[in-house]
Amino acid sequence: MTHKLSDGGQVLHVGMLARVEGEGGMHIEIHNNVVKSVKLNIFEPPRFYEAFLRGRKYTEPPDITARICGICPVAYQTASCEAIEQICGVETTPAIQAMRRLLYCGEWIESHSLHIFMLHAPDFLGFDSVIEMAADYGEVVEMALRLKKSGNDLMTLVGGRAIHPVNVKVGGFYRMPTKAQMLALRPALARGVEEAFETIKLVATFDFPEMEQPYEYVALHHPDYYAIERGTVVSTSGAGFPVREFPEHVNEFHVEHSNALHATFDGGMYMVGPLARYSLNFSQLSERCKAAAIAAGLGETCRNPFKSIIVRAVELAYAFEEAVRIIDEWKDGAAPSVPVTPKAGEGFGASEAPRGTIFHRYVLDADGVIQDAQIVPPTSQNQPAIEADLRKAAQSWVDLDDHDLTHRCEHAIRNYDPCISCATHFLDLRVDRS
Amino acid sequence: MTDAPALPKLAVWKFASCDGCQLTLLNCEDELLTIVGAVNIAYFPEATRAVVAGPYDVSLVEGSITTPEDAERIHEIRSMSASLVTIGACATAGGIQALRNFADVAEYRSIVYAHPEYLSTLERSTPISAHVNVDFELRGCPVDKSQLVEVLASALQRRKPRIPTYSVCVECKRRGNICVTVANGTPCLGPVTQAGCGALCPSFARGCYGCFGPQDSPNMAGLTDRLRLLGMSDEDAVRIYRTFNAGSEAFRAESERLSPSKEEVTR
Repeated sequence: MTHKLSDGGQVLHVGMLARVEGEGGMHIEIHNNVVKSVKLNIFEPPRFYEAFLRGRKYTEPPDITARICGICPVAYQTASCEAIEQICGVETTPAIQAMRRLLYCGEWIESHSLHIFMLHAPDFLGFDSVIEMAADYGEVVEMALRLKKSGNDLMTLVGGRAIHPVNVKVGGFYRMPTKAQMLALRPALARGVEEAFETIKLVATFDFPEMEQPYEYVALHHPDYYAIERGTVVSTSGAGFPVREFPEHVNEFHVEHSNALHATFDGGMYMVGPLARYSLNFSQLSERCKAAAIAAGLGETCRNPFKSIIVRAVELAYAFEEAVRIIDEWKDGAAPSVPVTPKAGEGFGASEAPRGTIFHRYVLDADGVIQDAQIVPPTSQNQPAIEADLRKAAQSWVDLDDHDLTHRCEHAIRNYDPCISCATHFLDLRVDRS
Repeated sequence: MTDAPALPKLAVWKFASCDGCQLTLLNCEDELLTIVGAVNIAYFPEATRAVVAGPYDVSLVEGSITTPEDAERIHEIRSMSASLVTIGACATAGGIQALRNFADVAEYRSIVYAHPEYLSTLERSTPISAHVNVDFELRGCPVDKSQLVEVLASALQRRKPRIPTYSVCVECKRRGNICVTVANGTPCLGPVTQAGCGALCPSFARGCYGCFGPQDSPNMAGLTDRLRLLGMSDEDAVRIYRTFNAGSEAFRAESERLSPSKEEVTR
């Protein structure tokens, strides 16, 4: 919806954003061709996770926090397990870590192929949805569904089901899948590797608006591999610290137009997600992924948010490669979990959800009852950057007619694969900027 | 939209939820193109910008009612929908966010937000059926994919969906699972929980945690006695009854029977 203001200004208003997870809208005011205000409105109702986690048992967060988001439950399960294992002084085994990474690859594959093809590609190709796209791009849509299904099948094998997996627990898993079961999925995953590399080539042919943004990028980093399920925090300004120091660097604050808290990193705007991971950990991608990324026109860093679709495709290929590697290296017989005895204390966990770093903090008493919980999902961290992108996009293309400008601005929001269900619940406030 | 006008119009609506149940529709990779060919997807913001005005033949509703605005909006949706089907634990029982029903929402708000006055929220999270007449409730957290396809097909064919209301135990027997409670002493909500997941948790060597809500004739007191025999405290029994279907009648009543006072449990 657009309308003119009495003073000659104009308003672009989208009440309900489409092709994002959860409920949000946008509101942009333009006066004399100058963008005066932009707001990403989040009206997704709050569900108060941090409040009702108090009083729950230390074993419950993987099942409970999974329900924050149907698209990235494994991100929540993994970060909550790590935080609680840290409190209890438990180290998981390499086999458990490998299985967590395999499950997480399933989530990346499912979520990235959903976003690339069903939520984001229609913006580039000029369709309202993948449904209309199917008429002209039938083979592409069939490939997309195959890729997505491989991710879901992997999550179903390891986790029991694709949404809210049941097999994850503090300390590991209830039951390990067998090598034979994994090998049954291998042909589809091997095909997925090839089709993901095709996807990189395909999305590289899209037209990308010129827009570079100078944000600080923040992501996890692991010394041994491209960080997915764990790591330490790094940033483009050279920050590097363990996850437990995250609260000292990230401040959250509550603004009136959003039920999701905004966040700053060392006082400034920042971005988490595929662009940040790619730019900070490029050297740890496989040689084939690196070559495909360069051939697709990316540099070793990427500053154009519209090109996040190419970066997601690179990460999609990497996740397929990793899944195949983990399956090939798997040996049956590992214990599914390590025992965990509750202890009093505070613990921190973080992982790379498909849309960016997610952070969990818990405080337990000696009986393992949760005294305090804090969850910082990626979309709340990205909200200020999304609004800054919106401002820049609206200003850059202010000469477009309202219909096209509105669409371009929606596209700028979808660059982030925002998960509004995730972003809305919220935390214990450290800083109030009011 | 290029769909022929004769196709039945499907709308998908969201209230307070995680998106997982409507994602289940997009997760029907093998069936999606068939579904798209059988209906006119008239309103489904997670999937498309295109909007076809109501009325709608079938509305799928995800999520629970937690705000005054949503309590109004569901009436509009009902009035536009020939058939209204609720999907998932939020829509059928209030979801995990119904834990507020046992607590003080003002305190919840202040734990989470610096400016509680910016929020509009109700004291209780309630299922859709507490507000409007619902044609069918599909359980699960999340719903099961094949059950969702069955419900959608039945709504389009104007017949009763074939969704069993017996317990998870039946599915365990059918799968040939060894009972985790009898064999290992693992607490399991299977005897009181509705089937539909395929006895997923017991198949992974853990007890059912009740995400499909109560079966049609649950013996709650009987299960509680068994949990006590296994050494579970009443406090922990209250916790396992109060998860994703905490607001369902059977689980709510049993948890309240076991908790001496609201304050003691929720603090």
